[in-house]
Amino acid sequence: MQRKLQTEGAGPLRRLRGNGIDGVTLLVLPALALIVAFFVYPFAYGLALSFMPKAGDWMANYRAFFSDPYLYDTIAATLNIAVPVTLTSLVIAVPMAFRVRLLRRQRLLTTILVIPITLGTVLVAEGLLNYLGPQGWFNRTLIALGLVHGPIRLIHNYWGVFASLLITGFPFTFLLTLSYLSGIDPVLEQAAATLGANARQRFLHVFLPLLAPGLAINFCLSFVQNFSVFPSAVLLGAPAGETRVISIAAYQAAFEQFDYSMGSAIAIIMGVVQLGIVVLILSARRFFYRGATGGAKG
Amino acid sequence: MGSPSAHFEELRLEGVGRRFGHLDALSGIDLIIRRGEFVALLGPSGCGKSTTLNCIAGLLPISAGRILLDGRRIDELRPEERGFGMVFQNYALFPHMSVRQNIGFGLKMRRTPSAEAARRVEAAIRLVHLEGQERKLPGQMSGGQQQRVAIARAVVIEPPLVLMDEPLSNLDAKLRLEMRAEIRRIHNELGATTIYVTHDQDEALSMADRVVVLKDGAIRQVGRPQEVHDRPADIDVAEFMGFRNRLLGTWEAGPALSFRVGSQAVAGLSRGADVRPGRAVALMRPDDVTVAAHGDALSAHIEAIEYRGQGYIGTARLDGGLVLQFRTERPIAAGEPVRLAPDPDRVLIFPSD
Repeated sequence: MQRKLQTEGAGPLRRLRGNGIDGVTLLVLPALALIVAFFVYPFAYGLALSFMPKAGDWMANYRAFFSDPYLYDTIAATLNIAVPVTLTSLVIAVPMAFRVRLLRRQRLLTTILVIPITLGTVLVAEGLLNYLGPQGWFNRTLIALGLVHGPIRLIHNYWGVFASLLITGFPFTFLLTLSYLSGIDPVLEQAAATLGANARQRFLHVFLPLLAPGLAINFCLSFVQNFSVFPSAVLLGAPAGETRVISIAAYQAAFEQFDYSMGSAIAIIMGVVQLGIVVLILSARRFFYRGATGGAKG
Repeated sequence: MGSPSAHFEELRLEGVGRRFGHLDALSGIDLIIRRGEFVALLGPSGCGKSTTLNCIAGLLPISAGRILLDGRRIDELRPEERGFGMVFQNYALFPHMSVRQNIGFGLKMRRTPSAEAARRVEAAIRLVHLEGQERKLPGQMSGGQQQRVAIARAVVIEPPLVLMDEPLSNLDAKLRLEMRAEIRRIHNELGATTIYVTHDQDEALSMADRVVVLKDGAIRQVGRPQEVHDRPADIDVAEFMGFRNRLLGTWEAGPALSFRVGSQAVAGLSRGADVRPGRAVALMRPDDVTVAAHGDALSAHIEAIEYRGQGYIGTARLDGGLVLQFRTERPIAAGEPVRLAPDPDRVLIFPSD
């Protein structure tokens, strides 16, 4: 029966089958259609639109962006938020994951951590607006403890956006770190210990090299999230000042000046910057070991 | 050469116990291991042999007793402070390090000067016959080669004790036999002291100077391989050592030393003179029961016959209803009557309770 199935069909059809392409492959089509309709086409449309400015030649939008500090400074402002937030959440997530991996009741913690993700940025931003505000619990506690004399300013500036992004992004970073860490065979740590490595050496020589590729991916995913910050930069930040991020510039171009072409150009620039950072990080991955993180033969 | 602790005289376990929650995984382990010995911890799975090894290595804290190295208490030291070399069941090689880096890891952690470290790593690579493989990653090697790397990595630090946790259980049968001889050769060449955990009695008997049989978290017998093989201390050890036939009957002792099963008897036994007459258990290996042409024998009927390469193992039911396994050179059809004679010098008698 098997043999008959394989020899059925002639020429090109058979060759397709040999390469793993058969009737089942057709099931990919709906997904492919969706990707084309909702990602490829809008992207291509936006890209084309960005080269059709209201006035001037096809590069006018890009020239305008890079000649106006009010516009091109948004790249630095966004990086200035996205990179520290991403690094901070990784720096917090790694030691925490090391502790949590030894816990039995990980599920409870996981549930608690997933809540901020499900609540969404806007709700968290609204909450922080009250909590971190001059009359909020945070400032009141600091004053009650005598740590500060008057309320410190934590909202409508850089730190408000920073806190909000960290809270909404951290669970994701943490859970991803935890899953990478859990993938490392704990016997490797035991082996390192019997060979004389103390906790610091075990981290540096065994865990970190095996974790590095995962952390790089983690950085990229988290960074892309943070780079496209919009709601919290508006609600908790100073959208006209230090937290005037690139997405705000794109929004203003498209919906306040009704220059869709310029808006598209800014969105494309935003994508290129993100892509540049991601490519940079991922290409650094080839200096790391990539492969099985278990000790045993597969 | 090596650290001063390499010249230890004895490792002593005194009443070592280990609890997991309410469960005693290990209790009252007393054991002395002298320098240069190859000691096998043998027992069925769940008997506590790996737990014992992990307690010695420091990977598991003990919940009772003490572990002493030449009178110095080591059970409170962390594993990295004990400095015992360990070979793990799944090898636990660092997947991101080459063979050379894996083997040199322990020396690097000890900050051994690089020239000396390189020389010792070279020597270890030669010891396990891995010349030319130095730059490979573990993932590019076969199981047997990985095992050699794991052994080299454990012994290159010249530890007072080499601990091995079922190191051959992931290898195929042929390689397992080869590696047995290899491990024993390495042990002899280095003059190392080895504690070897296994559930395979052949492995323990062929490799060890002394065998420690564990069951239910306690030591049941300690002895040379021949002693454990020929004179198991109790019924459990005997059954684990391959005495699969278990006959319940009456021990008549007396001058004839005969064991009665139902209406039949096996006489002229050489063991069991110290067992009181009465209800008793006779244990024997299938290999020690053969088909008798004539003379004193138990009459039975064949139930099944199984080919074992070297001859057959048959299962027969005695007239009294008990089942006995025996060895035969040629197959016998089921249902045939047969007369079975146990080797009288190899039948064990234990009091039944």
